[in-house]
Amino acid sequence: MRAAVERFLQRHLFRWRTDAAGTIRLGQRRVFILPTRGGLLFAATLLAMLLAAINYALALGHALVFLLGGLCLTGMIHTFRNLHGLHLTAVRCPPVFAGETALCEIVVENDDTRERRAIELACADRPPSRCDIPAQGRNLIRVILPAARRGEHAVPRIRLQTVYPLGLFTAWAYLQPPLHSLIYPTPLLHPLPPARARSDGGQGQHQEGQEDFAGLRQRQPADPMRHVAWKASARDDGERPLLAKQFAGGEGGELQLDWQLTDPAADLETRLSILSGWLLQADAAGLPYSLALPNASIPVAAGPAQLERCLGELARYPG
Amino acid sequence: MMPTRPSIERGVLPWLWLSALAATAPHAIDQAGWLNAFAATLLALVAWRWWRHAGPLPRWLPPLIALSGGTGIWLTFGTLFGREAGVALLVLFMAMKFLELRSKRDAMVIVALGNFLLLTHYFQNQDILTGLWLLFTFWLLTASLVRLHGGPDDWRANLRQAGMLAIQAVPFMIALFLLFPRIDGPLWGLPADAHAGRTGLSEDMAPGSIAQLARSDEIAFRVSFAGPIPPRARLYWRGPVLENFDGRRWLRHPRQAPVARVIAEGPGIAYESTLEANQQRWLMALDAPLAWPASARLDSRLSVVADKPLEARQRLRMQAALDYRFNVEEDPRTLAVNLALPAKTDPRTRRLAESWRNQAREPARIVALALRHFREEAFHYTLTPPLLGDNGIDQFLFETRRGFCEHYAAAFVVLMRAAGVPARVVTGYQGGEINPRDGYLTVRQSDAHAWAEVWLENRGWQRVDPTAAVSPLRIELGIAGALPPGEPLPPLLRLGSDWLRELRFGWEALNNAWNQQVLGYDTTRQRELLQRLGWPDADWRSLGLLLGGALSTLLALSAALILLRRPRPVPEIRLWHRALRRLRVDCAPGETPHMLLARLHEQSPHTAECLAPVVAAYIQARYGPPTKNTLADLRLAVDRLPRWRLL
Repeated sequence: MRAAVERFLQRHLFRWRTDAAGTIRLGQRRVFILPTRGGLLFAATLLAMLLAAINYALALGHALVFLLGGLCLTGMIHTFRNLHGLHLTAVRCPPVFAGETALCEIVVENDDTRERRAIELACADRPPSRCDIPAQGRNLIRVILPAARRGEHAVPRIRLQTVYPLGLFTAWAYLQPPLHSLIYPTPLLHPLPPARARSDGGQGQHQEGQEDFAGLRQRQPADPMRHVAWKASARDDGERPLLAKQFAGGEGGELQLDWQLTDPAADLETRLSILSGWLLQADAAGLPYSLALPNASIPVAAGPAQLERCLGELARYPG
Repeated sequence: MMPTRPSIERGVLPWLWLSALAATAPHAIDQAGWLNAFAATLLALVAWRWWRHAGPLPRWLPPLIALSGGTGIWLTFGTLFGREAGVALLVLFMAMKFLELRSKRDAMVIVALGNFLLLTHYFQNQDILTGLWLLFTFWLLTASLVRLHGGPDDWRANLRQAGMLAIQAVPFMIALFLLFPRIDGPLWGLPADAHAGRTGLSEDMAPGSIAQLARSDEIAFRVSFAGPIPPRARLYWRGPVLENFDGRRWLRHPRQAPVARVIAEGPGIAYESTLEANQQRWLMALDAPLAWPASARLDSRLSVVADKPLEARQRLRMQAALDYRFNVEEDPRTLAVNLALPAKTDPRTRRLAESWRNQAREPARIVALALRHFREEAFHYTLTPPLLGDNGIDQFLFETRRGFCEHYAAAFVVLMRAAGVPARVVTGYQGGEINPRDGYLTVRQSDAHAWAEVWLENRGWQRVDPTAAVSPLRIELGIAGALPPGEPLPPLLRLGSDWLRELRFGWEALNNAWNQQVLGYDTTRQRELLQRLGWPDADWRSLGLLLGGALSTLLALSAALILLRRPRPVPEIRLWHRALRRLRVDCAPGETPHMLLARLHEQSPHTAECLAPVVAAYIQARYGPPTKNTLADLRLAVDRLPRWRLL
């Protein structure tokens, strides 16, 4: 019931809808303002002071009450101004594994000649991120998104809020970025399935693999950290570049990471998690791999783009 | 992005602390000593704990402090309520709040208490300095609020921000101050201690009582005359009339006689008198009053008496006639009262009076004889007369012969009564000082005076001032001119040098303007103002309308000023446009600098050559890594552009 009322208000009173991609400006209609609890306390104090000033005929008391009243009004305008005219661009939501903190990156830009202070961005009930934006400057703000399970989730409404400068009023605005946050399945560490010989075969004798130790060589930046020969490198007192262990893979083939290879007894999420762990291990080993899911298959490749593509496929897997 | 800050920052506390100090400091003047020490100790404790990064207080300490403070207040005031005890309690409460300052809400409570404490100080004092202190403390409190809600760490920037907000609040204050419907009188009964400790003329007189009052340079009232100011020797401000004499003290006679009948024998003099609060009902009208405010009446002894004691400074319009006849037909009972003397006192005085009575049959002659006696015998006018015992009048007339106005007035009245002439003592003020700055006449407590009144057949009550016979200068110049050096005059009156006097006149004129225009702004003044603005007979409804209109206009204006400020483009773009203007080149919408350069290469190679370094610097400044040098480079490149016209 409450949710329905809220939805109604969102739609009809606040004319709520998803913001278009790109930069939006917080105009008059997007910024709302109401007194805070502190503001109500302040108003109650003012009322008591006004009664005292009238009762005891204190001219200076009147002056003080009216000065504070004027301060409330200017404070209200300044609080509104603190949000008004900001330019917001929701940039992206870097994908994360389930259980990690998902963030949404938002650029807040201020083309005014005065700085904006103490602006809080928050999503749902997560702790707000607070920032100051210098005059004619911009700031990249990472808003913590609510914890979510594996999948692709639309970014919920983000609330910008400020009570600066006096804390008597709170001004707020909503941003509904047209972004999705991708949550990959939590990786589970399971041994990789054996690699299969390359289909083009033949010249596989000296392929680098990771089964048999074949010697040391100078480490290349692309070598995974766990191939670094720490002990051997330490003997050189760090004077020479790090050494990396070289392995000769048995067949030196490509990995076929197939849904069918995971434990059929496990449930869907566990199986996806196992696949996720395999993808990470294969990527760390620098091996080319392909992914086969019941509803999709991704041809063999290596590198970050392949990893992202495969993990994305796992994240989006219906379940 | 910054990590979420804790609910209250460490840097906030010094601001709150200073605001609390500023709000409570004025109370130290009239608060009980132990309470000052207690509050100071608590504030010092707060500061020390802040300095030492101390953790939370032991749990037993705050209740102990609250209990001991509350007990102290109870013991001092006998109550926890009422005005002064309430203020003390608020001070204690604020100090306690500091000790358990954790959340923003605690800080907001401190700010609210600070505002309230600032207000309570105005029960005691509302002068100009207090007003300036108000502004200062208001600024500090605003700065605390700003800092609390994310203001700059730099204290100067924070003060600047708070000052800007505070200044923008001033127009609202002025509009509210002028137009908010003022309500007269208290809304509820004032506590007994609402108005305490004010001095003024009392309702009885004993030797030395007026001399005591004359040592104070406090202002009793100020007067502005509609016409020219009459000579000061004729300015007798009439207070209580004393008819009962017990041998030492003069008291009012309790019986109300029939109404006073005054016949004016000259033009009426209109004036406006601003009386300081004195808890009394005597309005000190200029002798003899012809017209007085509706909230007062004229008693049978020609004193104007207010319906309620004066609890606040009040402005009154009155009229007086300097030449008058008063009660030519007097009630015989009143005359009998004014002939009575205590039995068997002052035998020498009685004998002197009887000798005059035998000498001159006519009362007017007796009066003249008495005045001649005062003038010709060796009497001294002094603020420090010797003490008098029993038969004080005898002692004064024949032995000490040193006295202040009350001695002369009392002795004269006793002499008259002994000689069979009805006479009585009138107390009030005489003279006053004209401030050349604003033309106001200032009457101080040091102008307090006592004179005599005798009733003569066919002429009614006549004023006789024996002090004038002894010391004519007192009436002509005032007390400072009449007393020899060495008398304990109030310091203000002793200022001899001209520039100091000028300074004093300036300061008092300023104070008077403050009292009249700011503190004295009431329903009457408000109505006058509205009349001048073209709103005759304004009631609270039209006031409300006017106030609403003024406030909305101000709000709209400040909103427009604050919100509709045209955004200034970033400096890189400004420089880029300047370069284009200087070269008289138009950049099409959507055309990037590089595209523009390519186009110019074909159209005007020379211009393109000039522009090329600017384009490079612009791209660096706008899209390159953000270092300060890129902007300087761009500025340099733009400055190097040729200034001639390329045609």
